[in-house]
Amino acid sequence: MASVFEYAPAPESRSVVDIAPSYGLFIDGEFTDAADGKVFKTVAPATEEVLSEVAEAGEADVDRAVRAARKAFEKWSALPGTERAKYLFRIARIIQERSRELAVLETLDNGKPIRETRDADLPLVAAHFFYYAGWADKLDHAGFGASPRPLGVAGQVIPWNFPLLMLAWKIAPALATGNTVVLKPAETTPLSALFFADICRQAGLPGGVVNIVTGDGRAGAALTAHPDVNKVAFTGSTAVGKQIARTVAGTRKKLTLELGGKGANIVFDDAPIDQAVEGIVNGIFFNQGQVCCAGSRLLVQESIHDELLDSLKRRLTTLRLGDPLDKNTDIGAINSAEQLARITALADQGEAEGADRWSPSCELPSSGYWFAPTLFTNVTQAHTVARDEIFGPVLSVLTFRTPDEAVAKANNTPYGLSAGIWTEKGSRILAVANKLRAGVIWSNTFNKFDPTSPFGGYKESGFGREGGRHGLEAYLDV
Amino acid sequence: MSDARLSVFKTYKLYVGGKFPRSESGRVYEVTDAKGKWLANAPLSSRKDARDAVVAARKAFGGWSGATAYNRGQILYRIAEMLEGRRDQYVAEVADAEGLSKPKAAAQVDAAIDRWVWYAGWTDKIAQVVGGGNPVAGPFFNLSTPEPTGVVAVLAPQKSSFLGLVSVIAPVIATGNTAVVIASEKSPLPALSLGEVLATSDLPGGVVNILSGRTAEIAAPLAAHQDVNAIDLTGADETLAKELEIAAADNLKRVLRPHPVDGTDWSATPGTDRMTAFLETKTVWHPTGALGASGSSY
Repeated sequence: MASVFEYAPAPESRSVVDIAPSYGLFIDGEFTDAADGKVFKTVAPATEEVLSEVAEAGEADVDRAVRAARKAFEKWSALPGTERAKYLFRIARIIQERSRELAVLETLDNGKPIRETRDADLPLVAAHFFYYAGWADKLDHAGFGASPRPLGVAGQVIPWNFPLLMLAWKIAPALATGNTVVLKPAETTPLSALFFADICRQAGLPGGVVNIVTGDGRAGAALTAHPDVNKVAFTGSTAVGKQIARTVAGTRKKLTLELGGKGANIVFDDAPIDQAVEGIVNGIFFNQGQVCCAGSRLLVQESIHDELLDSLKRRLTTLRLGDPLDKNTDIGAINSAEQLARITALADQGEAEGADRWSPSCELPSSGYWFAPTLFTNVTQAHTVARDEIFGPVLSVLTFRTPDEAVAKANNTPYGLSAGIWTEKGSRILAVANKLRAGVIWSNTFNKFDPTSPFGGYKESGFGREGGRHGLEAYLDV
Repeated sequence: MSDARLSVFKTYKLYVGGKFPRSESGRVYEVTDAKGKWLANAPLSSRKDARDAVVAARKAFGGWSGATAYNRGQILYRIAEMLEGRRDQYVAEVADAEGLSKPKAAAQVDAAIDRWVWYAGWTDKIAQVVGGGNPVAGPFFNLSTPEPTGVVAVLAPQKSSFLGLVSVIAPVIATGNTAVVIASEKSPLPALSLGEVLATSDLPGGVVNILSGRTAEIAAPLAAHQDVNAIDLTGADETLAKELEIAAADNLKRVLRPHPVDGTDWSATPGTDRMTAFLETKTVWHPTGALGASGSSY
């Protein structure tokens, strides 16, 4: 439908970022080619333009990175906490200085709107380093006993949905506690991690403390299986998380996993509808729904179903999908052809199983990977779209009559990462929050993150917490 | 002795769902003392017994995790009281089981009673120690609270048949979890007798379920069980622990690994680790709003 207001294009300039035609692995403070010389291309999902060629790490490269991290560990862990803190503060400051450049880079490589990278990802990245920097010389007071020891070398594997933010969540607490790291960014979004390597150099971080090995799942598998890794941290799919848990079984490696979700966003009949609609939109269309804690199941009280759906649909027609670099864009590109195919298949399955599909009229760009915001109504708990994590802009709408039914339906999933509650009644929020088996509960809000606030799942959404004092435990020998 | 009366033997039975069933398999195995003398026939639990115990533990979880921390503390303390009254019985059983002198066995039992008291005091304190408010950079109330993980399978230590046993059960249930416990394979009698104390301490049936038999046989279905949320591998050797940890990955159970060598000093004051291993952190956000000219808004 024609907009009431036409928007002129308002693209953020690409000139703030200078992407080299090729990048090596970052090992022991140096950029280096893969041992076997293999490379892979990383593309802009919005245009399919090749952004750069990146070294593809094999087992030998992973081994070299782990050895560099091991070598660096002795000095880094012996460094007074005050000194480690200052390195991390330096990194936080440089990230702030270069945040526009990194935001544009992230938007190019990931496909998410610049509004999000600029206003959410990058501020959170800097804040996370700033927060954990302050912990480095206060670990005696963190509640883990006097002088808690680091674990050693941390092998970290992160996803493509928040590339730099997930890097920050992994590297900041690891370094603050005195570990050294080998981090593997996702295959489709390697660039911001490589720019981060440059930030480490600018900050004067000793070589080997942070090592970045780019590559696909094989590099990740080699890293998590490496015998000289003391700590494995993974954020990604539940299937891979289970595989990693099997890999580390019988070893002394400490493991934390932040995996999938199928978050319920519960709207009661007394909720402020307009605010709930904003929360629902934020819950499932933020980052194109490619969020592990997305509110992908809308549980709406039966009596307000029609009213809420009308408002929601009206709101969806105003979302702007397109050029992620445009400052007015709400919905960017799907990260990869593979992910687009998965979303498409699951949405088609939803239709085939009998749920009603709806999308606002929405023109998709001719190149790149795109998926229109999509709602499914008449969904039952047995439908695939109500059970499987879609990891895309697809919302399944279910109904309930009583709070007990809402809780039962919300908990009816092997996952347990997030949930939302919308009601004006305080006691109901507390009662429902108490019964939900999920690690993060947003009441009358959604998708809020903060470095001081522990984040992580129940059940098959993984274990361990990132953020806050709790986040230190994953990297301490306690 | 002409006036000696013939003693009454006890039939040792499992403790599941607050009741004392025999193994559904009808099997028993011989339990001997440290010198090889026959003590009793203990139930040789089957996979079905393990599954029944999980059902009982799951059924009890809602009530037990929903009880107030104060109430849980009262009940754990009550367990200590009941044990104190039957101290002599446990001293005899532990002496037989572990080949200890009476004074040494008594020290084990006393320490076990004191351990219940220690954890009784923890029930309403752990949340403040490991939870709390988070100073987020925005207008939000942000609170992290520990919650019990759910149903925990516990492989009790093989050597310390009573103090070790209590030391692994108490921290699991203090925080609101329910437990399926596999007693020491060779020395299960103190564990099976513990059921009698638990049954008379106002502990709801199903909160603790105690099985005896072959550790590996019972542990395998528990490690693979989709309705078990966590597993404590203390009583497993290295090979078994690895197998069970692999099986536990299927539904991402929380796994507490055994110490590399079974040299745990159970008499030392425990830290909070055995509690935190089976706690989840839940973080709740809510806008704080702002008081504007028109009153509250958010």
